[in-house]
Amino acid sequence: MVEIKAEAPGSLAAVNDFVIKFATVNGSGSSSTNRLFTWALFRMGLSVTPKNIFPSNIQGLPTWFELRVNQRGFVGRRGGVDLVVGLNPQSAVQDLAELSPGGYFLYDSTRPLNPALHRDDIHYLPVPLTRICAQEFSQSRQRQLLRNMCYVGVLVELLGVELDVMHGLLEEQFGHKPKLVQLNKRALELSGAYTREHLPSIDLRVERCERSMERAILLDGNTALALGAIYAGATVAAWYPITPSTSLVEAFERYAKRLRHDASGAAHYAVVQAEDELAAIGMVIGAGWNGARAFTATSGPGISLMAEFLGLGYFAELPAVIYDVQRVGPSTGLPTRTQQSDLLAAAYASHGDTRHVLLLPGSVSECFELSAQAFDLAEQLQTPIIVMTDLDTGMNDHVSAPLQWQKGRRYERGRLLDAAALEQREARYGRYLDEEGDGICARTLPGTHPEKGAFFTRGTSRDSYAIYSEEGGHYAANMDRLLRKWQRAAELVPKPILAHGDGTAALGVLCYGSSVDSTLEAVQRIGEEQGIAIDMLRLRAFPFSAAVPEFCASHSQLFIVEQNRDAQMRTLLVQECGNTAMDIQALCHYDGAPITATFIINGILAHTAHSDRDGDVERIEGSPSSVSPGNKQSKQPTPAAL
Amino acid sequence: MSYIAPHFRHPDQALNELGLSRRDYEGALSTLCAGCGHDSISAAVVQASFELSLPPHRFAKISGIGCSSKTPTYFLGRSHGFNSVHGRMPSIASGANLANGDLHYVAVSGDGDTASIGIGQFVHVIRRNIDMLYLLENNGCYGLTKGQDSATTDIGSKAKAGHEGFLPPIDLCAMALQLGAGFVARSFSGDKQQLVPLIKAAIKHRGFAFIDVISPCVTFNNNAESTKSYSHARSAIHSANVVDYVPERAEISADYAPGDRLTVPLHNGGEVVLRKADSDFQPGDAMAALNAMQRATADGEILTGLLYLDPDKPDLHSMLQTSTRHLAGLGEEELCPGTALLEQLNEECR
Repeated sequence: MVEIKAEAPGSLAAVNDFVIKFATVNGSGSSSTNRLFTWALFRMGLSVTPKNIFPSNIQGLPTWFELRVNQRGFVGRRGGVDLVVGLNPQSAVQDLAELSPGGYFLYDSTRPLNPALHRDDIHYLPVPLTRICAQEFSQSRQRQLLRNMCYVGVLVELLGVELDVMHGLLEEQFGHKPKLVQLNKRALELSGAYTREHLPSIDLRVERCERSMERAILLDGNTALALGAIYAGATVAAWYPITPSTSLVEAFERYAKRLRHDASGAAHYAVVQAEDELAAIGMVIGAGWNGARAFTATSGPGISLMAEFLGLGYFAELPAVIYDVQRVGPSTGLPTRTQQSDLLAAAYASHGDTRHVLLLPGSVSECFELSAQAFDLAEQLQTPIIVMTDLDTGMNDHVSAPLQWQKGRRYERGRLLDAAALEQREARYGRYLDEEGDGICARTLPGTHPEKGAFFTRGTSRDSYAIYSEEGGHYAANMDRLLRKWQRAAELVPKPILAHGDGTAALGVLCYGSSVDSTLEAVQRIGEEQGIAIDMLRLRAFPFSAAVPEFCASHSQLFIVEQNRDAQMRTLLVQECGNTAMDIQALCHYDGAPITATFIINGILAHTAHSDRDGDVERIEGSPSSVSPGNKQSKQPTPAAL
Repeated sequence: MSYIAPHFRHPDQALNELGLSRRDYEGALSTLCAGCGHDSISAAVVQASFELSLPPHRFAKISGIGCSSKTPTYFLGRSHGFNSVHGRMPSIASGANLANGDLHYVAVSGDGDTASIGIGQFVHVIRRNIDMLYLLENNGCYGLTKGQDSATTDIGSKAKAGHEGFLPPIDLCAMALQLGAGFVARSFSGDKQQLVPLIKAAIKHRGFAFIDVISPCVTFNNNAESTKSYSHARSAIHSANVVDYVPERAEISADYAPGDRLTVPLHNGGEVVLRKADSDFQPGDAMAALNAMQRATADGEILTGLLYLDPDKPDLHSMLQTSTRHLAGLGEEELCPGTALLEQLNEECR
């Protein structure tokens, strides 16, 4: 057993501000225990940032749960680890290596610690978790599950977590099984007693506090997207299982079962698990053509498969909502890790001159808001809308502002002619007649009127009356109209938000999606610690509103924070905004773990301090926790793109 | 378009129960090759829907890609149509049907569109028992790309270009039967007497109704050595039964001998009347149907007629227990849980 070192650095002493990493084996039940612990800290008023980093496997491989606590309201990933709960021998060497000097390594001391796991500059916290459980609990499965609650009990005692809060959560979760509540309480008690007796106190503590965000909730993005679909009136969901989007459809079905029945109990929704992603998007497009609000949820491989139908949706002008909860590509890539690398594939999915509207929610409450707005936009613009999130936003819980729905809000159905409108109409109806001049035409639904309004939807070229036509003039006029509609889309989509600064700084940072929280922390801390003023613009949609090129033009030095290798958003900006976007420095993080504030701070400072650096795409592994063995700090400038 | 449809209407033209003429069920003029089997099938759809006296705008026509998939333009001009993506018609039809089960779905596909690129969606649309008519216009070749073999080309069947089929053909009726389709029929585009009542019964059948129609390609696959030619079809066809569709309230015509006649009521109204040709053939017996089909194939025959009928299988709406009000017709009142409930949901996340 290793003694606690008396001369350990004191720099880690912190109240309500540290990072714990739990290293366990997947399938052992640790994830739900860790989640319970997260909730206890949240209930004490802390901002919590849990990140479940899991393998593409059901049982037996290493899995991690990283938990950051913070009082200032920083909810992104920080970088660095202050306390490791190291319960997986497979990953222990790496887990120990990630620990900051002065940090704490809690391990199961039932067996002696592997001598390879030795560092001079950290503190060891040995607890015989297996022995405690073996002595107290009789069934083997109980012993395994309660071992998780035992290490939580150690942390509760060491960090000063309120036991009443833990008990309250146990009663909420297992209230229907009183015996389970008792067993878990017993596990907390035993390990707490052991901790008091055998472990020294540590310098990391939590205290109840006022949360900076009022009435905050703790929720994952996929559930928020699903609730957005429920509120927006989605009735048809067709999907094919794929991590990390699966829980979105499961949440939709769960809430639909609860909220969407008529008086007789019949369903006001239909969920179909399709045979593949092609069928899923086909069903969504078929349902949208016929007037229902329909969606599918997928990830990168699904977007690849849906490309042909997305082109049909664009060209034949059919409403559809697609959620792309991105994971690491190309191909199967890292299927259970996070990335923002489908942007280009989604923006221009399909052959021909095709473009798609992308929505980019940057928080859980915005997942709800933009999810609902996607259905309005799909009908207003009569085109597929792709809501882009990622595994981090989708599957991890986030502290968020509450979800909001304006009382009496009506659905925007766009230009949809009913039987009365068709009856009143004097001129011949033409599906693709641009009567308003904004590229958006009036559509009709099958079965509306006995004699008027019927037309043929097709992916082949046609004239303004939807009659098959191979005339070049008809084709070109139609493509030009679709471009007018695209310009109108830029006015209708959510505008970018100046999330930090007043717009007058010389330095501007762009970001989107799951990079927003860490970027916001980075620019705030750079301001506080370095005195450098930074404006931060949060992109929320493609096509870009006019405010985006204006922001680019009005800042002399620009950064974009992305979680992909190739700076895909910058490519879109250069493509669509031209010269103003040419000199954007990209900070690309793409190892599959969520981006950290440390990474962004390092990236920005490197370029403000050494502005003569060549190359325009910087890839820095900003914190030890984002470096995996064999993937050392890499600073490889690439040739200027484009 | 190089064709202009005449607007002449004969004053003595027959009207149906809705006061509509056959003309009101027609579509644009066909641009397919003169003599194409597909045009006869379009005419049969027009005839069947006119005789059923269903409002033409309450149909929805859906197709994939290929010569066959062009045909929905040529019938039911007052209804919406959707010429979608190659091999993916079933998913469009499924989604459309989920949104609104109150329309009559007439879907058209070809042997290329179904048996090759679309075989996956064909399989699963049957499993889901979507309430629709799936018309397969089967010419044993890829017409629109000039005559390549399809997956229904028989071994030894020779196309006009001279190449011979050498891979085992897929029998889509047998497949549909094994996958649990409730209505499986085979017919021939040149046999309107058989095809029209089959289409009528298929439209009135609640659930998935499959009709594989041998439909010769006059340009690329109508030579004597082809098993999908007019001459071969005419000589090889063997009818399993004579089919008629009888609407509610109508008298069953008297030319069937008693005892030789079987009536099956349909959930969407009317009944199918079958006069058996084979004494051991029952339309609700999938095993017997498969045996009969395989026997016929072995004998070089094409077994036509209503091969299988089970009117009681639940369709997807029944299985999902959706509301009787169609989903596309619901509004904020039924669908949006409201602001107060959202606050409750927020509270559950604190």
